[in-house]
Amino acid sequence: MSSYQSNAGHAEAGANYLNHSHGLRSWFLTLDHKRIGILYLVSILTAFLLGGIFALLVRTELWTPAETIMDADTYNKLFTLHGAVMIFLFIIPGIPAALGNFVLPLMLGAKDVAFPRLNLASWYLYLIGALFSLYSIATGGVDTGWTFYTPYSTETNTSVASITLGVFILGFSSIFTGINFIVTIHKLRPRSMTWFRMPLLLWALYATAIIQVLATPVLGITVLLLFLEKTLGIGIFNPALGGDPVLYQHFFWFYSHPAVYIMILPAMGVISELFTTFSHRPIFGYRFIAYSSIAIAVISFLVWGHHMFTSTQSGLVNTIFSFLTFLVAIPSAIKVFNWLATMYKGSLTFQTPMLYALSFLFLFGIGGLTGLFLGALATDVHLHDTYFIVAHFHYVMFGGVVIAFLGGLHYWWPKIFGRMYNETWGKISALLVFIGFNVTFFNQFVMGSQGMPRRYYNYVDQYTSYHQYSTVGSYLLGFAFLIMAVYLLHSLFRGAKAESNPWGGPTLEWECASPPPHENFAETPQVGEAYDFSGIEYDPETDSYKKRRAVPSAPPPPTS
Amino acid sequence: MNLLIGILQGLTAGNLLQTDRGRTFWMPPQGSTGASSVDNVFDLIFWISMFFFALIVIVMVVFVFRYRARGRELDSKPGVPKHNFRLELAWTIIPLLIVIGIFYVGLRGFLDMAVPPANAYEVQVTAQRWKWLFTYPNGYVDENLHVPVGRPIQLVMTSEDVIHSFFVPDFRLKMDVVPGRYSKTWFEAKNPGQHQIFCTEYCGTGHSDMLASVVVHEPGGFERWLEDAADFIENLPPAEAGQMLYQQRGCAQCHSVDGRAGIGPTLKGIFGQTHPMQDGSSVTVDEDYIRESILDPQAKVVAGYQPVMPTFQGKLKDKEITVIIAYIKSLTDSGGEQEEG
Ligand code: HEC
Ligand SMILES: [Cu+2]
Repeated sequence: MSSYQSNAGHAEAGANYLNHSHGLRSWFLTLDHKRIGILYLVSILTAFLLGGIFALLVRTELWTPAETIMDADTYNKLFTLHGAVMIFLFIIPGIPAALGNFVLPLMLGAKDVAFPRLNLASWYLYLIGALFSLYSIATGGVDTGWTFYTPYSTETNTSVASITLGVFILGFSSIFTGINFIVTIHKLRPRSMTWFRMPLLLWALYATAIIQVLATPVLGITVLLLFLEKTLGIGIFNPALGGDPVLYQHFFWFYSHPAVYIMILPAMGVISELFTTFSHRPIFGYRFIAYSSIAIAVISFLVWGHHMFTSTQSGLVNTIFSFLTFLVAIPSAIKVFNWLATMYKGSLTFQTPMLYALSFLFLFGIGGLTGLFLGALATDVHLHDTYFIVAHFHYVMFGGVVIAFLGGLHYWWPKIFGRMYNETWGKISALLVFIGFNVTFFNQFVMGSQGMPRRYYNYVDQYTSYHQYSTVGSYLLGFAFLIMAVYLLHSLFRGAKAESNPWGGPTLEWECASPPPHENFAETPQVGEAYDFSGIEYDPETDSYKKRRAVPSAPPPPTS
Repeated sequence: MNLLIGILQGLTAGNLLQTDRGRTFWMPPQGSTGASSVDNVFDLIFWISMFFFALIVIVMVVFVFRYRARGRELDSKPGVPKHNFRLELAWTIIPLLIVIGIFYVGLRGFLDMAVPPANAYEVQVTAQRWKWLFTYPNGYVDENLHVPVGRPIQLVMTSEDVIHSFFVPDFRLKMDVVPGRYSKTWFEAKNPGQHQIFCTEYCGTGHSDMLASVVVHEPGGFERWLEDAADFIENLPPAEAGQMLYQQRGCAQCHSVDGRAGIGPTLKGIFGQTHPMQDGSSVTVDEDYIRESILDPQAKVVAGYQPVMPTFQGKLKDKEITVIIAYIKSLTDSGGEQEEG
């Protein structure tokens, strides 16, 4: 048999990006995309913890109608902060800035992103934005809901001004990451890495970056206008000052609907990677999946009005937005079918990341299909702003994005930290997350279609049992995350050493050592077809996979 | 078999064979003529979704069992398909046609509810934090929406402060109520009875208490009710009429009558007392002061409170102010007796 070859062999034994340099400075001033990825990872997980605690408090309050543990104003602040923290500090940067930062250059075969300093700057902006949010919490909190609808947000005397500045700054952090990824993918691809040889996660991150760069400025302008209205009393949105409150909703959703895809597209990219790796066969329908990411990015700009079917928007506008909304469902459906087809005739193994991929299909399936009820005008009028919506977007945001994030985290964990986690506990907690999530949110669909409005502190007795069921589910979910935190922390210090390719992944990052050396690749890698599994073989000695390189890959086609 | 049909019907919004029904697993009772068409759209989407969801899950489960690897050694299967243009085109086009169908059905259901019939009876709706006010053509204002059965009702709605949203689950009806503009919606109630009204656009502290009812009257009953109700100032003793106004016009939202401070000071026992004002002066509460507090609340602001009381200039007639004053006085005269507000 010819010799096993991997890029890992070129690095000095034991030298990697984690022990390449030492001290706080080497972390906080690092230009290494991998370390910046870790800075992001720690920050977003902290935000996730905070947002999760808010969620559990909210669910506890809802155990009974009226007061359970807090008054109405505290409750209103908590659900606002839960939403704002989860969306702006966790989900939006979650996959692109944390996982994406780490794996994008590796998957591409590059040594870093195009603008390492911009990359570091984006993390600092994130941090500053997050501090603004903390400041707002410390100075009395915000009670507007994460959507900051006017004129409520201009009239309330809670800390809206500081949190909107925070959101403004966070927007720039997101734009910087987007620009960086676009340029990196265009400019730093090795010669042999053509567009259609790129792993699908990179297509997804590319599409995401386009939305980040084009849509986020609108959010920036919107919150800035809100800030001006609030501080200087310039009438833009507040009818008392001659403004138009519905205009605010258009501005806000012009960003925030595409933002839904800033969140879900990278998640879909991760899921594509998971399905192909754990099916141990090439992904089915590469081009359809790649093009569907781009299609989603384009159409996502044209559907914002579906958040406003009952906003007094005209019937004609409602009709157009409803139609376009149904169109955006198609690329997602294509992906789901292609993922299913990828399992066909595969050799499926079911390690923890694959369990997350399967649970994604189930949960995102429900999240996507319930979107049909909301895209259709007649039913949306009834379901809008009820718990049906709450359930729907949790199925998409949690059942989709967070589940994919967790799948990706477990998938790349050995690569990032060079250590394995306990597989049994991984599976147990994946299962508990799945059960806890469904218990919490499924019955919210029913509660919502029965008429329970969202953002309600107090509720009519009729809904009590639904709420209590949800609350129990949320505790189960919290418990599952507790288990996860324990075994992941344990892995950091005590985990078995990870081989370079523990799962049999076909993409480039599995060819570097775990953890990767400082400069990723000693020489620019030669890239063949995307998802080429030939030559990846199981090595029982190390319980991992090795790639055998028989012949050098064919030269790339001239263009594509 | 019957059981199965029963379960399936329970699961969907409408009973497939019935047009009029009570609460089902998914949906509240159908209280308006428009409700059943919404439920039909819901059912249609429900079954389409169930079909695709079942398809996804079944295929997933079958593949998971059929193609699981035995051990970690991977059997390389030659000829694994990497793509199949026709198949992929099929699962692009077919869902596309289906969703266009759903779009169309949803649109039809929506258009049915969008245009009020010409003979609709009009009620003005005013939303304010955290209260609904319904003004009838004769000028009478009530805190609940009373309507005759079997007659189309058009609502013309606006808000005094922030955005609210008018939602009646039993009617499958929802429309935002926006300050500075008028939104319209309509319905026709099917049977006499009561239906819950919620506010569904978040509006602050009392958002979840911004409730009201639709009271649907028997044929003929509505007109009688409206006549009696409109004359309550004449028909009732002044203090009682004042108490009704105090409830209906939203004073109770901010003022308690049991001594607890709310957004505004309690009105219990204030008549005849002397209160410190924000500007340092003090005022003895008499008829004129109460009148001024109602018409020009910011003229004298009670110390320790925000100047948030809205003016009722042009909204309360002299006669009405007089009975409210009588009510506030009654809260002093006889101590505990009239505290049922
Ligand atoms: C949005 C809340 C709000 C509503 C609604 C409201 N008020 Fe007030 N009211 C206040 C506040 C706050 C104050 C104290 C500040 C001030 O004097 O303006 C006040 C003060 C008063 C006072 C003076 C009390 C004193 O102790 O000196 C009276 C009398 C009064 N309101 C009557 C009414 C009546 C009658 C109504 C209904 C027609 C009403 N208010 C509706 C908030 C409200
Ligand atoms: Cu409201």
